[in-house]
Amino acid sequence: MTAPLQRLGAASLNVFAKLGRANLFLALALTGIPEILRRPGLLIRQMYVVGVLSVLLIALSGLFVGMVLGLQGYNVLSDFGAEESLGVMVAASLVRELGPVVTALLFSGRAGSALTAEIGLMKATEQLSGMEMMAVDPMKRVITPRLFAGILSMPLLAGLFTYIGIYGGYFVGVSLLGVDEGSFWSQMQAAIDFREDLVNSVIKSLAFGVIVTWIAVFEGYDAVPTSEGVSRATTRSVVYSAFAVLGSDFVLTALMFGE
Amino acid sequence: MARSDDILVKIRGLVFSHGRRRIFDGIDMDIRRGAVTAIMGPSGTGKTTLLKLIGGQLKPRSGTVEVDGHDVHRLSRSDLYRLRKRMGMLFQSGALLTDLNVFENVAFPLREHTDLPESMIRSLVLMKLEAVGLRGARELMPAQLSGGMARRVALARAIALDPMMIMYDEPFTGQDPISMGVLVKLIRTLNDALGLTSIVVSHDVAETASISDYIYVLSGGRIVGQGTPDELRRSDSPWVRQFMDGLPDGPVPFHYPAPDYREDLLR
Ligand SMILES: Nc1ncnc2c1ncn2[C@@H]1O[C@H](COP(=O)(O)OP(=O)(O)OP(=O)(O)O)[C@@H](O)[C@H]1O
Ligand SMILES: [Mg+2]
Repeated sequence: MTAPLQRLGAASLNVFAKLGRANLFLALALTGIPEILRRPGLLIRQMYVVGVLSVLLIALSGLFVGMVLGLQGYNVLSDFGAEESLGVMVAASLVRELGPVVTALLFSGRAGSALTAEIGLMKATEQLSGMEMMAVDPMKRVITPRLFAGILSMPLLAGLFTYIGIYGGYFVGVSLLGVDEGSFWSQMQAAIDFREDLVNSVIKSLAFGVIVTWIAVFEGYDAVPTSEGVSRATTRSVVYSAFAVLGSDFVLTALMFGE
Repeated sequence: MARSDDILVKIRGLVFSHGRRRIFDGIDMDIRRGAVTAIMGPSGTGKTTLLKLIGGQLKPRSGTVEVDGHDVHRLSRSDLYRLRKRMGMLFQSGALLTDLNVFENVAFPLREHTDLPESMIRSLVLMKLEAVGLRGARELMPAQLSGGMARRVALARAIALDPMMIMYDEPFTGQDPISMGVLVKLIRTLNDALGLTSIVVSHDVAETASISDYIYVLSGGRIVGQGTPDELRRSDSPWVRQFMDGLPDGPVPFHYPAPDYREDLLR
């Protein structure tokens, strides 16, 4: 009778303990900031691994999403004879939502899962222990550079996704379907506000960058140091990231655009 | 016993548990400066755990571990790190950094802790690699090394900073007879030439006894025998006998604690 209650209690205690560990972990990782300022090479190397190697995936996905938006938008708008507004529709969807959100989801699958697996395996093969015994703090040497590489890469990648996505929409709408080029751009310029839209988009992608990378490096560091443990941690990293991104997207959107 | 300033590592009343399982039940140990001290015992008695306690990676339930006069578990983080720069540790698995090649692995502690110019780092790394016979393997990645080679690279890395002591966790497993012989001599030579203090954890009774000055035999959370290799060979303690002679039957259990076998099968 009480067993399910007991299990529920134990499970929620676990959740809170893990949240506590995650916060402590973040605080410790932040103490590594002076280290990456002193040795920017550490950060740059990780920016390459985490960011640059994700560029092709993000660019291609952005192109396809933009093309689909152009096609679907055209179909809907042309029913109302409003196909000149296609530029607004494509840009607004990308800048406000799809750019940051889809990039974050792709980023977590491409870079976040790799971070979790890498750090988890470093733990399982005693590389982190080994560093500690060599008096090198793995937090500062391994975690902080990866965390900041992820946080800084996300807005850049989301920007790239949005930019290429708009051109994808332009290509389908203007080049293939014959929407007027002048109104495509001018309506977009008139409707997209710098502060309201672009700044909020960057804030969103930064926030998602923090969420996805934090989850990824923490899950790796907290993984049970076995092959099975690392594989589970990698799955959790992607699943939790997706939930956290979509959930916080709603909250952020409500704060930014809700009246 | 030796004078107290002769002692580099002093362990008193050490008690440690992994969860419910009591690993150490009040252990006293003195590791003399400049000597090679062996810690032997059956698999799973906690030899690796003991090295991690000495290195400050695990905290004891009670008791103290002093290294060079510092209580390891009372040191602040930065003092502990300062102390660790003077302790080398050779992990059972090697623990090489898999994204760096052999050269960079050995250079790692030098790059992290010193501002030596590149030419100096290169000479130092090549010297250490030469000492373990792997100077020619410097371009290889850890995945391209055999287990025995990886352990030798890890040894080169452990001595990169010229520490005052080295802890070897099973340095001989996975070595062929030739490299085993070389490694055995190397541990002794490094110890004497560099004025190190060495702690060797091993099952290889004969090899370890041949180079060590003093031996502790652990079993079931306690020290069941200690002395110089000669004393132990002459010892009539059944624990020590069983271990030195490699007998399957005796007071040292081969089995991890378990319920009665018959009952277990019939349940
Ligand atoms: N993280 C852990 N959690 C729980 N128990 C552990 C953990 N690590 C080790 N143990 C237990 O502690 C005991 C001692 O482990 P340790 O690795 O120190 O043994 P060892 O003497 O080095 O053995 P071997 O010679 O096989 O390397 C083992 O019985 C093991 O089951
Ligand atoms: Mg061991």
